[in-house]
Amino acid sequence: MRGRIGYIVALLALLSVPWVMGPYAVATVSKILVFAVLAMSVNLLTGVSGLPTLGQSAYFGVGAYAGALTAIHLTDLGPAQVVIAALAGAVAAALTGPVAVRARGVPFLMITLAIGEIAYSAAGRLDSVTHGTDGLSGIPPVVAAPGLAPTVNEGLVFYYVLAVFLVLFGAVALLLRSPFGLTLRGLRDNEARLKAVGYHTTAYALVGYVIAGAIAGAAGSLWASAQRFVAPGDLGFEVAALALLAVIVGGVGSMWGACLGAAVVIVARDYIGANLSGHGPLLLGVLFVAAVYLLPRGISGGLRQWRRPARKQEVAA
Amino acid sequence: MITAPALELDGVTKHYGSLRAVEGVSLSVQPGTRHAVIGPNGAGKSTLFALVAGTLPATAGRVVLHGKDVTGMPEHARATQGLVRTFQHSSLFLKSTAVENVALAVQRQQGAQWSMLRPLRRRTAILERSRELLASIGLADRSGALAGSLSHGERRQLEVAVALGTEPSVLLLDEPAAGMSAAETARFKQMVLDLPRAITVMLVEHDLDLVFGLAEAVTVMHLGQHLMTGSPADVRASDEVQRAYLGAEDTSDLFPQEAR
Repeated sequence: MRGRIGYIVALLALLSVPWVMGPYAVATVSKILVFAVLAMSVNLLTGVSGLPTLGQSAYFGVGAYAGALTAIHLTDLGPAQVVIAALAGAVAAALTGPVAVRARGVPFLMITLAIGEIAYSAAGRLDSVTHGTDGLSGIPPVVAAPGLAPTVNEGLVFYYVLAVFLVLFGAVALLLRSPFGLTLRGLRDNEARLKAVGYHTTAYALVGYVIAGAIAGAAGSLWASAQRFVAPGDLGFEVAALALLAVIVGGVGSMWGACLGAAVVIVARDYIGANLSGHGPLLLGVLFVAAVYLLPRGISGGLRQWRRPARKQEVAA
Repeated sequence: MITAPALELDGVTKHYGSLRAVEGVSLSVQPGTRHAVIGPNGAGKSTLFALVAGTLPATAGRVVLHGKDVTGMPEHARATQGLVRTFQHSSLFLKSTAVENVALAVQRQQGAQWSMLRPLRRRTAILERSRELLASIGLADRSGALAGSLSHGERRQLEVAVALGTEPSVLLLDEPAAGMSAAETARFKQMVLDLPRAITVMLVEHDLDLVFGLAEAVTVMHLGQHLMTGSPADVRASDEVQRAYLGAEDTSDLFPQEAR
């Protein structure tokens, strides 16, 4: 019940954003939502399936370029771009995933890091597709649904991003409650036992990896629509590291925690960090250390801990 | 037509370098029997189990399940064929509830493990079967508890329920009574006795009361070798077995005359 109230309050707060905030702030919240989708993708692997990853920036980038190229050459219809970008992310993950999912733990982390780095340098070199380090500009404003006018207004772009975010959040929530979601958690908690009851665990890890790649790809398309510019920097190590940081700050395994973590990280970097005359990264470092020391289970875990004694008191009273 | 043994081992061998953990073990387990494997520490019982279940690859030999050679199959494929093991140290999904632990096995058996849309809590076929299995091993009232919060004895029971969720034809129990109190062991014995005869049970166990209370056939291992297989009475009477266990004549303490 409490959880439902929390979701309703969060939704109302998000809906009111374009009415109460200035254009820059609205753009920042759009960015947070895009980043939250990427964080959910990272969390699906790191928190749910027990596969810590630094490679989701690669599929985010594939999705961003796929979405941008679709917008430039094919259609300015947003949902079509999201679907194509998600498919591109899934295909990229299906091609690179088999290398990664053979490993677990730190080796998995290192392989995904390598995948991210390869994607980053490929984006900088494939001039004919990506325009290299110049980046891809001239992305037309997104059309949120057939028949609507192109979305130029910052507030309307925000609503478009919010709508896709909500759909993806719902889809991930559904996935986690499904039998496959239970399978992924089983993979995290006890892979040996999962094998012993007849699961070909590597296959399930790969499918989880492909789904996470699709979600990251969708996030990339949103990024292209919101920024209307894509460059190799968008899929650099920093993006991957920040997404992982968002998951750790928010609470590994919790999807709303990951979204909240994304908000904290983006606000710290782009809002507070911008006023610290170049000391933004320092703030992120402090944030990371503080999260690990003060909230080892992240915001979501901390909240749960804080709630539990309160519940006991209720029972006593 | 003669029915094929439920499980047949033919010269199963495991070497670690020059260490011969299991050396050429051959035996066959008839369908529906309760077959125990005993032997002193280091006899290679648990290694043999891992070879049968496919957790470890065998150096040589064949494992045949209902007449079908499964030697080349990895563990998960053998499990889908009905050859399922439990673990000596409870191996559960501690962050999930008891019913979810069983549901993981049941949903795989029912072919729903890939399903991504309909929530598990609306899948009554999976949940009902899982609760039924929990009830059958005496954990009905603990279905909503996290596996991590269960007592040792309860975890041992849940361990079996998870294996039963796969609807095995051959169930391998690896030291199921390890660390159990006498009362828990007695309850556990009754639970195994209550298992349907369609399930062939092979167990490795140190608690000889339990072994002689359950098993119809007993295999004795010693130093990686198959010493003998016979009825519990034959095994009790065997000089060879007595020497293997104690190197002594008198084993009256070890093998109680009356299985309790």
